[in-house]
Amino acid sequence: MKKVVLLSILALLVTSLSFAFTLGLSVSTLNNPFFVDLANGAKDKAKELGVDIKVVDARDDSAKQLNDVEDLIGQKVDILLINPTDSDAVVAAIEEANVAKIPVITVDRGASGGKVLLHIASDNVAGGRLAGEYIAEKLGGKGKVIELVGIPGTSSARDRGKGFNEVIEKYPGIQVVARQTANYNRAEGLTVMENLLQAHPDINAVFAHNDEMALGAIEAIKAAGKLKDIIVVGFDATPDALESVKRGELSATIAQQPYRMGELAVEKAYEFLQTGTIYFPVDLQLVTK
Amino acid sequence: MKMSKILTFMRKNPALVGFIVLFIILSIFTESFFNISNIVNVLRQVSITAILGFGMTLVIISGGIDLSVGSIFAFSAVVMASIVKGGKVLLGIIVGLLIGAIMGLFNGVVISKGKIQPFIVTLATMAIGRSLTLAYTQGIPISIFPNNFRFIGRGDILGIPVPVIIMFGIFFLVLYLLKKTKLGLYIYAIGGNEEATKLSGVNVERYKIIVYTISGLFAAVSAMILTARLNSAQPTFGQGYELDAIATVVLGGASLSGGSGGVLGTLFGALLLGTINNGMNLMNISPFYQDLVKGVIILLAVLLERSD
Repeated sequence: MKKVVLLSILALLVTSLSFAFTLGLSVSTLNNPFFVDLANGAKDKAKELGVDIKVVDARDDSAKQLNDVEDLIGQKVDILLINPTDSDAVVAAIEEANVAKIPVITVDRGASGGKVLLHIASDNVAGGRLAGEYIAEKLGGKGKVIELVGIPGTSSARDRGKGFNEVIEKYPGIQVVARQTANYNRAEGLTVMENLLQAHPDINAVFAHNDEMALGAIEAIKAAGKLKDIIVVGFDATPDALESVKRGELSATIAQQPYRMGELAVEKAYEFLQTGTIYFPVDLQLVTK
Repeated sequence: MKMSKILTFMRKNPALVGFIVLFIILSIFTESFFNISNIVNVLRQVSITAILGFGMTLVIISGGIDLSVGSIFAFSAVVMASIVKGGKVLLGIIVGLLIGAIMGLFNGVVISKGKIQPFIVTLATMAIGRSLTLAYTQGIPISIFPNNFRFIGRGDILGIPVPVIIMFGIFFLVLYLLKKTKLGLYIYAIGGNEEATKLSGVNVERYKIIVYTISGLFAAVSAMILTARLNSAQPTFGQGYELDAIATVVLGGASLSGGSGGVLGTLFGALLLGTINNGMNLMNISPFYQDLVKGVIILLAVLLERSD
C-alpha cells in the first residue's frame, strides 16, 4: 500500500514537472454545450502549447466555484482562468487569488470586483442590437414581436435584451407584444411559446436570448403550422442551432465563439506567463477590460 | 349540513378548488385562456408533470419520497434518444423505459433491503443519475428524431394529443391499482403504519420495491413524451422536476407523512401548476414576479386544506 502511494506521488510529481506551466480553469457549468465548447477550446489550446490545465466544474453554484478556486490556489496553479457563475459572487474567489498573488483572467462573464488581469467575452449588447436590426429589416419595420428572455437577473439576459430593445424602439411600427422568460431552457422555450401563441397567434417574429429557447420555440411554432410566417432569431450559434439554420427553420442566430474564447484565454495566459505582458488587438467579437 | 359537506370536500381537495378559481379568473381576465385550443395545449403541457406525479403519489402514500425522478427522467431520455436517433425507435423506447424501471428498482431494493431513509437513497441516485446523463452525452443534447417517434409527443388521435391519452391511460391504471388491488390496499397500510402492516404478515419490502420501480418507470414514460415533443433530449432535462412532482401530490391533498392521498388529487395538482404557468404567460406577467405568484397560490391552496 505504501509503495502504491509513493509511486503515485512520484508519478504526479513527474507529470507536474514535465509541464512548464499549470493553468487552472474554473467553468461555471459543463451542463451546457456552450461552456463545454469553451472548456474544450481551452483544453485543446493547452495541449497545443504543452501546458498543463486543470478544469473544474462549478455546476452553476457560486459556493462550489469558490471552493473550486480555493482548491486550484492550493494546488499552486500559475494562473487562474475563471468563467464566473455570477459576476458578484465570484469576487470573493478572485480576491483570494489576489492575496495568493495568482493572476486571474475572467472568461465570458465578468467580475464586479477584485483584481482581474484580463476579461475575454463577446459583446452581448452588440449581439442584441444585431438581432434587433435583422428582425427590423426582415419585417420591413412593421410587425409584432415576442422576446424570450433568459434567466432573469443574469448579465447576458440583461445585455442581450438591452441591445435588442434599443434597436426595436427606433421602429414605431414594431411592437414587442410579450416579454416572457424561458430560463435559457429548450423545454421551457417550447411550453412558453405554446402559451404565447395562444395569446398572440398573429406574431411575426421571435427573438430568443439563446438558441436553446429558440429551438424550443420553433417546435411550438412548427406544431402550430406557422413556421413560414414567423421569423425566429436565437443567440450563441450552438451546433444544433446551426443545423436548424441550414434546414431553414431557425432564421438566424448570433454567433458567439465559445471555443475561440476558451482558446484565447489560454493563449493570453501563456503569453503573460512567458513575457509578463499582454498584447491584445481589439477584435469585433471580443471585448477587453 | 350540506354546506359543511362541501366545505370538507374543498379542504380535502385544495388543488381542485385552486384550479377552479384560477380557471374562472383567467377566463374572465384573458381573451385567449378559455378556448379549446388553449385548454388542449395546457393538458398536453401538464402530461409531463402529471405522469411524474402519479408515480410520486404511490411513493408518498407508502410513506416514502423519490428525489431521483428528475435524474431518472434525464438518463432514460438521453439513452432512448441516442438509440432512436439511429433509427431503432421501438428498441430505443424499450431500453429507455427499462432504464427508468431498473433505476427505480435499485432505489427500492436499497431502501427496503438496506433499511435506509428514502430521502437519502434517492438523493444519492439523483446525483448518480445526473452524472450518468452528463457522462453519456458529454454535455451535448441529442436532437432530431424520426417522425414515428415524434408522434408520441406531437401526434393526436381523434383530435386528442397522444401525451394526453398516455396521461389518462396511466391515470386510470394507477386509480385501478390504488382502489382495486392488494398493492393499493397495502401501500396505504404501509404508509399509515409500517410496523403494524409488517406484523400482519404483509411482505412490506416487496411492495416498497414495486412502488419505486413504478415511479422510475413513469419518469421514463414522461421523459419519452418530452423528448418526442421537443425533438431533443437535453442533459439538463428534469432538473427540479422532482419538486414539481412532489408539489402536485401535496397540492392533491396527500400528506408527506404517508398513508393518504390519491391520484385524482395529483391530476388536479398538476393542472393547477400547469394553469398557473399558462396564465402567467398569457397575462404577460413580468418574469421577476412569476415565482412569487406561483408560491403564493401554492401556499393558499395548502392553507385551505389545513384551515380547520
